[in-house]
Amino acid sequence: MAVATTGTTRMNNVEAVRHTLYEALKADPKALIMGEDVGARGNVFLITKGFLEEFGPERIIDTPLAEASIVGIAVGMAMEGLKPIAEIQFADFIYPAFNQIVGEAAKTRYRSNGDYTCPLVIRTPYGGGVRGALSHSVSIEALFYHVPGLKIVAPSFPSDIKGLLNAAIEDPDPVMFLEHKKTYRLVKGEVPNGHFTIPIGKADVKVAGDALTVVSYGLYVHQAIEAAKQLASDGLSVEVIDLRSIRPMDKTTILASVRKTRKLLIIQEDNKFGGIGAEISAMVVEEAFFDLDAPIRRLAGPDVPAMGYAQTLEEEFMIPTSRMADVMREMVAF
Amino acid sequence: MPTTITMPQLGESVTEGTVAQWLKKPGDAIEKYESFVEISTDKVTAEVPSPVSGVLKEIIVKEGETVPTGTPIAVIDEVGAATQPEPALKVPHASPMPARPQPARPFVARPASRNGGALNPPETLRRVSPAVRRLARENSVDLTTVRGTGDQGRITANDVLAAAQQGPAAAMAAGIMAAPPTRQPAPSAPAPPAPGAPAPPRPAAPSAPGRSTYDRPIPGTLVPLSQARKIIAQRMVESKHTAPHAWTMVEVDVTDLWNLRQREKDRFQREKGYALTLLPFFIHAVVQSLKAYPLMNARFTDEGIQVLKEINVGIAVAVSSNLMVPVIRYADNYSIAGLVVEAGKLIEKARAGKLTADDLTGGTFTVNNTGANGSVLSAPILNGGQAGIVTMEAVVKRPVVVDDDKIVIRSMMNVCLSLDHRVVDGAIASAFLVDLKKRLEARRSGEAL
Repeated sequence: MAVATTGTTRMNNVEAVRHTLYEALKADPKALIMGEDVGARGNVFLITKGFLEEFGPERIIDTPLAEASIVGIAVGMAMEGLKPIAEIQFADFIYPAFNQIVGEAAKTRYRSNGDYTCPLVIRTPYGGGVRGALSHSVSIEALFYHVPGLKIVAPSFPSDIKGLLNAAIEDPDPVMFLEHKKTYRLVKGEVPNGHFTIPIGKADVKVAGDALTVVSYGLYVHQAIEAAKQLASDGLSVEVIDLRSIRPMDKTTILASVRKTRKLLIIQEDNKFGGIGAEISAMVVEEAFFDLDAPIRRLAGPDVPAMGYAQTLEEEFMIPTSRMADVMREMVAF
Repeated sequence: MPTTITMPQLGESVTEGTVAQWLKKPGDAIEKYESFVEISTDKVTAEVPSPVSGVLKEIIVKEGETVPTGTPIAVIDEVGAATQPEPALKVPHASPMPARPQPARPFVARPASRNGGALNPPETLRRVSPAVRRLARENSVDLTTVRGTGDQGRITANDVLAAAQQGPAAAMAAGIMAAPPTRQPAPSAPAPPAPGAPAPPRPAAPSAPGRSTYDRPIPGTLVPLSQARKIIAQRMVESKHTAPHAWTMVEVDVTDLWNLRQREKDRFQREKGYALTLLPFFIHAVVQSLKAYPLMNARFTDEGIQVLKEINVGIAVAVSSNLMVPVIRYADNYSIAGLVVEAGKLIEKARAGKLTADDLTGGTFTVNNTGANGSVLSAPILNGGQAGIVTMEAVVKRPVVVDDDKIVIRSMMNVCLSLDHRVVDGAIASAFLVDLKKRLEARRSGEAL
């Protein structure tokens, strides 16, 4: 891999992850990758293809199908000074590791009274819309959102992926790094060469507007931007905020926008009940009640156990851009 | 087709109005938009334009009577409009709101507003968002007069801001302005002034010779109370009874400021069209001091001391028999030059009798140029629940002992402050006043404006 330090390189999201991991492994001999099929197979999306040959089996570790062990071992490595980047092959498989993430990694700093931290990154592809059915489509962020001590990021632009993955690797505490698999090869963009980070906890206004604030993350940010462009051609000005970091929540950016537009729409792929949108909505009502000119609305997945395999069922679950545009129009006109 | 005319609402807090004078009598023809009655409320007198063309059929409320807003006051027989039944028509809307881009998706059709949006049905006012409620309160906008452009006629935050920007035109019962009187003088009155000559001050009431008026009081008689005098009396008593007044004063050396003003006044008159007095400098300094002492820009409530976000400075203006306090809104947004123009406009409007209810509301602090009348010391009464009022007394040359124990001649001005002792104590009030003094004394005659 050629490593330039100035200018930008056009890449898709898979390439952005691969490029960032590669540079991290190059830069820090303590950095290592472990997970299912990350070595010989080079990851199911070929993110780590060739890494085993270049960095060797001590730093590119193929594991058994045992997520609790992947995270549990990584927690120990992190506490003892290594920089493990653990991969859960699909977010749908993360449940066995729940205890290691919530019960161990998130509490390490607290339990040791600061003597130990857990500089661990857990990467995992999540999200639907790829005919992945019930075992390859799930959004898991809300399950971990509730847990103090965990940071959760879900960037969906190549340059944001690089900046935030670098920040996650350098963070002294556990960070869950969520990659929407449908954006992997769908989304392309310019990525600055050389090392840089984007602060965790900082949202990004992708489209500026004044009649409505739309907050989203992941795949839906791209659809929301597309819908906002459709409204813009009709003279309706919608602001689209890409959370990038789910927790910590960037209250400042969200509140500044809502105070300007006075209307808030949250779009999430995860199901509605007890989700990210619920927390943002509650925060805005607490902090900016007297700035609201319309009820806050949430567009979210249905409360069903899983995404169906049938095309029709998947389409029923996923929110089309046209639906986003319709709701935006309703809210602007309200 | 008879149209019932009701008492208009002339401001958010106004609940009643007095018929000051009927400009038409039953049987008179009335053109649409022609003024036909003069209503007085608070300190504002407004002429009401007719919403229809027709003939004044019946006067329901006699001159001098006060009735709640919404009460029928007259009936106009509309000409040639038998096909448009419009009972209890309100006065017409001043100007239509700009059309909003229509969404591509069809929504519930908005009911066509038959009354031009001047009055909202109760169900609309029940769907008022927190932002609309707050903006209406902050901008003194009467929601019953705002045309909603949102879904099903909902009033949006932007509607309120637009109404606030349009000011009196939209906020004051749509279409009613405190226009100067245009009625013809009585036959026995002297000839009207030549075109271009300034209009003579308006007589308080058509007074017969020998009748005692405020302008010409006759000893041994009773001067009847004008609406304005009644309100002044009521407000003064209210203020003195509610707020425990305390008083303090500083002496300000305005020699440099005076020289600065002398140097710049011709240029301002030429470039801005308004005379440069000490008033804009004074307001500017007051605003800065209010920012430094926010408790002086506050009002006492039973729940707590409401520290106000806006700095709206009222200027007391004496107009013949009346006292007006027009308000410079967001006074902290203005430079000296801006204040010259703003204050100039308001004083001009006050003297021409053109102030509207909106010009007179929203004040958070008051400045009184008592020195204009030659006073060197005064103890003003607090205005409208405000925490403070300051006076600028006359500038007089006095021998002053300066730092190196020399006696020199300096231009001195006393500045007096009355304060609501419930809100602040002497320490803060004095600190505020000394801060104000320092700001005025920091002006240099050579500085650029």
